[in-house]
Amino acid sequence: MSGEINTAARPARSGSGGQGLLADLKQVLPSILILLALLIFNAFFTPYFLSVQTLNVNLTQVATIIIVAMGMTLVIATGGVDLSVGSLMAISGVLAPLIFLNPAFASLQGLGIALAFVVPVLVAGAFGVLNGLFVTRLKLQPIVATLVLYIAGRGIAQVITNGQLQSFTTPAFTYIGLGRPFGVPFQVILMLIIVALTYWVVKRTVFGRYVLAVGGNETAAGLSGVPVSRVKLAVYAISGLLAGIAGLIVIAINSSSDANQVGQGMELDAIAAVAVGGTLLSGGRAQVLGTLFGALIIQLIRFTLLAKGVPDAAALVVKAAIIVIAVALQQRRRRE
Amino acid sequence: MLSTNAKADRAKRTRLLSTLSQYGVLAALILLIVFGALRYTGFMSEYNFSTFLRYNAMFGLISLGMCFVIMTGGIDLSVGSVVAMSSVVAALLSPYGAFTALLGAVLAGALVGLLNGWIIARLGIQPFITTLATLLGARGLALLLARNQGGVGVDTSNTVFTWFGQGDLLRLPVPGVMMIVAFVLGAVALRATPFGRHALAIGGGEDASKLMGLNVGRIKLGVYVLSGALAGLAGLILASQLGAGQPTEGLGWELSAIASVVVGGTLLTGGTGSVWSTLVGAMLLGLIFNILNFENGKGIISLSPYWQSVIRGGFLLLVVVLQSRLARQKGRS
Repeated sequence: MSGEINTAARPARSGSGGQGLLADLKQVLPSILILLALLIFNAFFTPYFLSVQTLNVNLTQVATIIIVAMGMTLVIATGGVDLSVGSLMAISGVLAPLIFLNPAFASLQGLGIALAFVVPVLVAGAFGVLNGLFVTRLKLQPIVATLVLYIAGRGIAQVITNGQLQSFTTPAFTYIGLGRPFGVPFQVILMLIIVALTYWVVKRTVFGRYVLAVGGNETAAGLSGVPVSRVKLAVYAISGLLAGIAGLIVIAINSSSDANQVGQGMELDAIAAVAVGGTLLSGGRAQVLGTLFGALIIQLIRFTLLAKGVPDAAALVVKAAIIVIAVALQQRRRRE
Repeated sequence: MLSTNAKADRAKRTRLLSTLSQYGVLAALILLIVFGALRYTGFMSEYNFSTFLRYNAMFGLISLGMCFVIMTGGIDLSVGSVVAMSSVVAALLSPYGAFTALLGAVLAGALVGLLNGWIIARLGIQPFITTLATLLGARGLALLLARNQGGVGVDTSNTVFTWFGQGDLLRLPVPGVMMIVAFVLGAVALRATPFGRHALAIGGGEDASKLMGLNVGRIKLGVYVLSGALAGLAGLILASQLGAGQPTEGLGWELSAIASVVVGGTLLTGGTGSVWSTLVGAMLLGLIFNILNFENGKGIISLSPYWQSVIRGGFLLLVVVLQSRLARQKGRS
């Protein structure tokens, strides 16, 4: 019995033929074209655009958004949403310095640093599990369930540090935000790995199929043997873990941790990237590559406007227009 | 015979539960007020009452608009930014007369609401995404109008303008009066006008409403315009109270408004909604902060202001859990 269900749920590689990377890229072709157009425009009209430095600036700025947006893509694919990511980033961000600056690890700095990488991410993941429990056990709507930690999470981070800024110079830790192996910013490598992993999970694993099934039709998925609650719990946990990682990167870049600032507004940036990337907010689809390109487009437009001397405030208005236009175009295409 | 009896029983129980969930929040509010009155000197003072209403009237107003939007099954994330934008508009218009400023602020908010409604009703984009975009856009406009300054000074010689946020009417703070008038009008609109009835109907079932011949698009447009206009009014109050347009204020206010509506017992799925419970919800969330301030003043415990959001979050969780319990029992019975 269970064997049958497993076969049914296993990704059908030979099936519809629309499974390959190429087919996926074709699906997000409009995003790629827009991105290319932006690149070409900048290549001609923005001085020093085609430099490694410009590339690095843009990628480092967008890396945390993409990392968080990967978790958000999975959550949204199940028909949920996670408003708490920014607050979880703050929690993870204040915990790390508390650990590696703790006098207890003065003689064991290596251990302190290692724990500072692991513990905050796990704590953020645990809060993600809590989100998942709110959704599955208490049957709260995802917006309300994650609103709780959106409000309380930043408060927890502020209470832990009493709202104080923690500054540090710990090269072993800040490597996650400032390190440049082979000239590539470390967080960009981390981001690419996370994107690849998420893509693989969605495309090639049973869990990925389950995620889409739950978002597509929860009742049907449940009846056909998909462990709906466990799947939901898992996506919120993953979202929490990734928010935790992003929090560490942000404080490493700043060499300081400010509970009031870390991750502020991140939930909106991540949701915007997912929406522009073509994942429906109603669930059942997960365009991992779309989210990646969506975030890159938003970033590049902002960069282009700033390079042209347009104030950041006007860039916000443009960003708003892009979100609406992108989503409207996708909906029209889908209807045709 | 038995079945009709059972049916009547069930109906009675359902009614009892819904009254309980409605009045439970009110009971909590009254309990909290009694607690505060007994524990803290100065809690029941006119000064505390007045400052409390002055500040929380803004949250009351945006919660009222949010309540209407949520009834239709939508959501309006843009209200916080609209408050900021309208406060800047109000400050910029304050030299041209208080009522010009009032009109300008409300109109600016209503325009954002119109845009929201148009995108949602005509382009068919989800409310969450649409208002997320206008959240960003309105914030950008607020900063642009303020020329990227931290604040835009208000014409202080305009005493009527100052009165909007700081004055009294029949010994009641003006913002509080505005809020109460808005809620009375809102309650009447919900109960006794086609607009209110239809808004509820849309939230209950959009396709069915369409088949019944309701102009779904126009009603949706209406609720978002209402929400925007009320946020605009809140912006006017903000500018008047602080003496300056505040392009960076209102961060996260939309989520406070949603929390008020949810605490008031309105489901985010639409089709239900109580204006008065929303008011109670908004006041309850505000009161928690007020009580915390007094408790700190007593000096026995000293909770930093940061505890405020932790407690608010915990409280929100408590309320929604109780509500979902009640709702599930209702479904079972």
